[in-house]
Amino acid sequence: MGQLSTTAFLISSALKVLGVFTIWLLAVAGVTLAERKVAAWIQDRSGPNRVGPWGTFQPLADGLKNFVKEENLPAGASRWLFYLAPVISMFPAFVVFAVIPFAAPLATPWGGVNMVIADLPIGFLFIVALGSLGVYGLVLGGWASNSKYPFLGGVRASAQMISYEVALGLSLVPILMLSGNVSLPGIVHQQQQSLWFVLPLLVGLLFFTISYFAETNRLPFDMPEAESELVYGFHTEYSAMKFAMFMMAEYSNLIIASALIVTFFFGGWDIPFWTGDDLRYAADGSIAGGQSAWWITLLTGLAYALKVGFFVFLYIWVRWTVPRFRYDQVMALGWKILIPLLVVYIIVLGAVMLLLEGAGITFGTRYLLWLTALNLILMLGIMFWLDRSRIIVGTGWRQMRPQQAKPRG
Amino acid sequence: MAIGVKKVERPEAGSSYLRATLKGMGLTFRHLATPITVSQQYPEEKWELAPRMRGTHRMAVHEDGRAKCVACGLCPTVCPANCIKLVPAEDENGERYAAVYEIDEFRCIFCGYCQEVCPVEAIHLGVHYEAAEYSRERFVYDLERLCEQDHPFTQLWDPEDPASE
Repeated sequence: MGQLSTTAFLISSALKVLGVFTIWLLAVAGVTLAERKVAAWIQDRSGPNRVGPWGTFQPLADGLKNFVKEENLPAGASRWLFYLAPVISMFPAFVVFAVIPFAAPLATPWGGVNMVIADLPIGFLFIVALGSLGVYGLVLGGWASNSKYPFLGGVRASAQMISYEVALGLSLVPILMLSGNVSLPGIVHQQQQSLWFVLPLLVGLLFFTISYFAETNRLPFDMPEAESELVYGFHTEYSAMKFAMFMMAEYSNLIIASALIVTFFFGGWDIPFWTGDDLRYAADGSIAGGQSAWWITLLTGLAYALKVGFFVFLYIWVRWTVPRFRYDQVMALGWKILIPLLVVYIIVLGAVMLLLEGAGITFGTRYLLWLTALNLILMLGIMFWLDRSRIIVGTGWRQMRPQQAKPRG
Repeated sequence: MAIGVKKVERPEAGSSYLRATLKGMGLTFRHLATPITVSQQYPEEKWELAPRMRGTHRMAVHEDGRAKCVACGLCPTVCPANCIKLVPAEDENGERYAAVYEIDEFRCIFCGYCQEVCPVEAIHLGVHYEAAEYSRERFVYDLERLCEQDHPFTQLWDPEDPASE
């Protein structure tokens, strides 16, 4: 067993791309159904239940409908950008998963196969870079429609994305500090060896989740869409398959957000309390850490799907719980709360890590437990001190009200 | 400041957004977990209609299948929406019958006056509401179609309590 030959590598890569893409499309379709079902259940309705058993084939019906609907081009719209925008927003949403490891590496007679489509050494940067490309689709779609509300949606999208891009980037820094690694399989491996990073980086998880809610335009932050304010935001003028592409991008981003949370904080494809899956793919094609088997790969893949599914559910759940923020609250939360807090968090975390290393505790379970204690304290602080009308209620505006409310002379 | 604006003082202690969100998520999860009891699966389950529900028309027929209508002309006269078209005719025995009897269900306001005024209890409203059609023309019911309807007649009053007391 060794490295794959070039032909075997190409074939295995093609198979992985094909398999992942197929599952991905099915998952996106499934999430659209899950969204409608969970929304319905939360609102004490039954949801779509006409197409197939319990409405299982509803996404197929939706797809068919979108294919036969009329393609709409608004008068005065910029034709090329109008057609290009859904593609631009869909492309990054489908490509990012290429760097995320989804199962334990598998030893085959032709050599070890790493269960990630592209094991980029800079997987981290790839995600951040492509993630921020998605906003172009929204902005261009809003602008090219030559219509007022889509334009406002596009403007909001760009403002919000730029604000939360910073917070997102900053909330990734603690992971980098802890793992000292930008390769996603490497990060997963470190979590397998010690603790899942959800414990030592609890506060980071909170901020990461919030920023990704904003990045994916999910409900508490769905400023670019804002049905009740902007009709349907940037894709008001879109119909048929172009509209469906925007929706697919949105749900694809939702899965990516969940996949990233799982990879960074919940051990990726790791099955907890079991060391049999602590396999690691090395560059020379060998697999270290244990005996590889097809059922281990399958089990870890299923564990990964389960974890991602839970976070997809969490996103949907939050969407149907929390009402939309006001626009100024979104901006204030991003710039005035998240970014300063993250900077403080990074400094505190760094200081504690330095202290620990100075005290001779090296990276390992004990080191991470110390960080866990720190994070629990910070989390309690956030929940019981900082969050009392200081974060969202008026987001700092409340203190300014009395001056604004002076009677006009 | 605008007139009459009331400032609500919110309690500081109760305004933790994160904890409030978690609480709200608990509430929504309880709703998610409760089985759905109030939805009605419409085409399979249907409303139990009241016997006095006023729906699309139906003409009563004699045992030999002829409409009971004697073409007296009272119903088109009383109809407030002017939706009944009646052309009377006389057969060889000298009995009047309706040569043309059409009701435009789109114009009808389902007041039930036609049923009330009919001296021979021929035209009735029916306990029926699923009247969808593929064309507007199909909503003008002719005599044949009115006779074919088989839903129950609307009761204009409760026979045990005619004065609604």
